[in-house]
Amino acid sequence: MSYVACLRCKECGAEYPITPRTVCDHDFGPVEVAYDYAAMQGKVTRTSIEAGPRSLWRYKDLLPIEGEPKVGLHSGYTPLVKADRLARELGVRELYIKDDSTNYPTFSYKDRVVSVALTKAMEFGFDTVGCASTGNLAHSVAAHAAKAGLRTVVLVPEDLEEGKIVGSRVFGPLLVKIKGNYDDVNRLCSQIADKYPWAIVNVNLRPFYTEGAKTHGFEIAEQMGWQLPKHTVVPVAGGTILPKVWKAYRELIELGLVEDNGPRIHAAQAAGCNPVVKAIAEGEEIFQPQKPNTIAKSIAIGNPADGYYVIKVVTESGGAGESATDPEILAAIGLLARTEGIFTEPAGGTTLACAIKLIQSGRIPRDEPVCVCITGNGLKTIEVMTGQFESSPVIAPRLGEFEQMLAKLDENGASGAHARLATSKVI
Amino acid sequence: MSQDVHVLIPNALRSQAGNLSSVSVQATSIRDALDALCTQFPELKARLFKDGQQLNRFVNVYLNDEDIRFLKHLDTEIHGGDEISIVPAIAGG
Ligand SMILES: Cc1ncc(COP(=O)(O)O)c(C=O)c1O
Ligand SMILES: [Zn+2]
Repeated sequence: MSYVACLRCKECGAEYPITPRTVCDHDFGPVEVAYDYAAMQGKVTRTSIEAGPRSLWRYKDLLPIEGEPKVGLHSGYTPLVKADRLARELGVRELYIKDDSTNYPTFSYKDRVVSVALTKAMEFGFDTVGCASTGNLAHSVAAHAAKAGLRTVVLVPEDLEEGKIVGSRVFGPLLVKIKGNYDDVNRLCSQIADKYPWAIVNVNLRPFYTEGAKTHGFEIAEQMGWQLPKHTVVPVAGGTILPKVWKAYRELIELGLVEDNGPRIHAAQAAGCNPVVKAIAEGEEIFQPQKPNTIAKSIAIGNPADGYYVIKVVTESGGAGESATDPEILAAIGLLARTEGIFTEPAGGTTLACAIKLIQSGRIPRDEPVCVCITGNGLKTIEVMTGQFESSPVIAPRLGEFEQMLAKLDENGASGAHARLATSKVI
Repeated sequence: MSQDVHVLIPNALRSQAGNLSSVSVQATSIRDALDALCTQFPELKARLFKDGQQLNRFVNVYLNDEDIRFLKHLDTEIHGGDEISIVPAIAGG
């Protein structure tokens, strides 16, 4: 037995039974899973959650599945890293990184949404699953479907990074490259979903898929010791995760599992694709679509389906929007790696770069706790780092050459961590 | 001069459009085409338009491969053989 009540339109409140559904019949609004929170009182508690598995399924009572999880048994429950070295660098008191670059099995936040979507697809009895993707979703669908023995069709923009293609192909899906940007891919995908009896996770399974994103927020709260960070900085592509982190926080407050400290949610986008951040800055409710042009390809969605709700949540929570240029994104990737040992992709670079700008401009006060949501892994997009480093020294396998090399580093005025190497104390 | 164009209807609207997946109309602009469609299937009007004027914000309309918001919105001119798609906004990433 689950606590699921029905599907409910976020616009007009129309209710629908739990079946595959893309949008509301009346207004095309997104439909969302509604729960019986009253029935959860006293049953869904800190203790009941803490007794669950070390995966996103510890929050099963707040997810829209009926039976036992079938897919993604090891997904979620990623580290919340207390980022003290980065905090010192940025001059903030308390900084956390929610690190989904380590998510299982495909190293992005998408393993959360897909675990829930494909479990639901199997409950509905589908044998073929698919998605439109900027890369990470395709990886996750392909991997989870391989493990579950489902047939897979994924559609991606033609110009994706090689790592993003190989990372899906290896699992054996039918991968189709579409001539166009993500919004073109999405349009075709929607038409395909209308025609074929497949579970397209971001189309007819959208209400279930998006619920999985809440687990990112649940984990932040639990891992902070059942508290909410005052500030959470979240990347925005199609606009799924940001409103769902908010929904997660609201649900925990509703159930009395955390205190309502007036959490603020901030939106991060790349400057080359920032329709939502632009609308927030201009005080508009409705965003204007854009043609993306950024190295942050995984979040390059110029016509975000849930953009309207991102604007609403950010505004209502008292948060802000910020965007980061390509050089700022690359600098932030480097900074996170050098201070915290975490290698993220440009989406994560965008989020951190925006967090830094929000701190520097005072919109995130330096003495309030901040959580930065790192949603993807840098090893998938190594080509963006080309030219970021001086070439590594190449030497013969002789100690003399090594010593000469160190001496030369000093002569050339090597900076940072390498500067002191030549004068390190000899053991 | 009015031109013959195809309008692709998404699943979510078909029950209000005679269960058709595409409809041919005569029109000179996108507004014209959608008006013609709504004349033929009056129930569509409330689905596609807010206050009868502005397109509902969750409805995306494409002329061939381009979102009409990158063209002249509802005033975008159309030509014989063009294809108009009505597509609900969908998630993903
Ligand atoms: C790495 C990464 N971060 C964040 C996102 C944000 O997506 P959304 O706003 O659609 O939840 C995506 C989506 O593709 C992604 O791949
Ligand atoms: Zn509705």
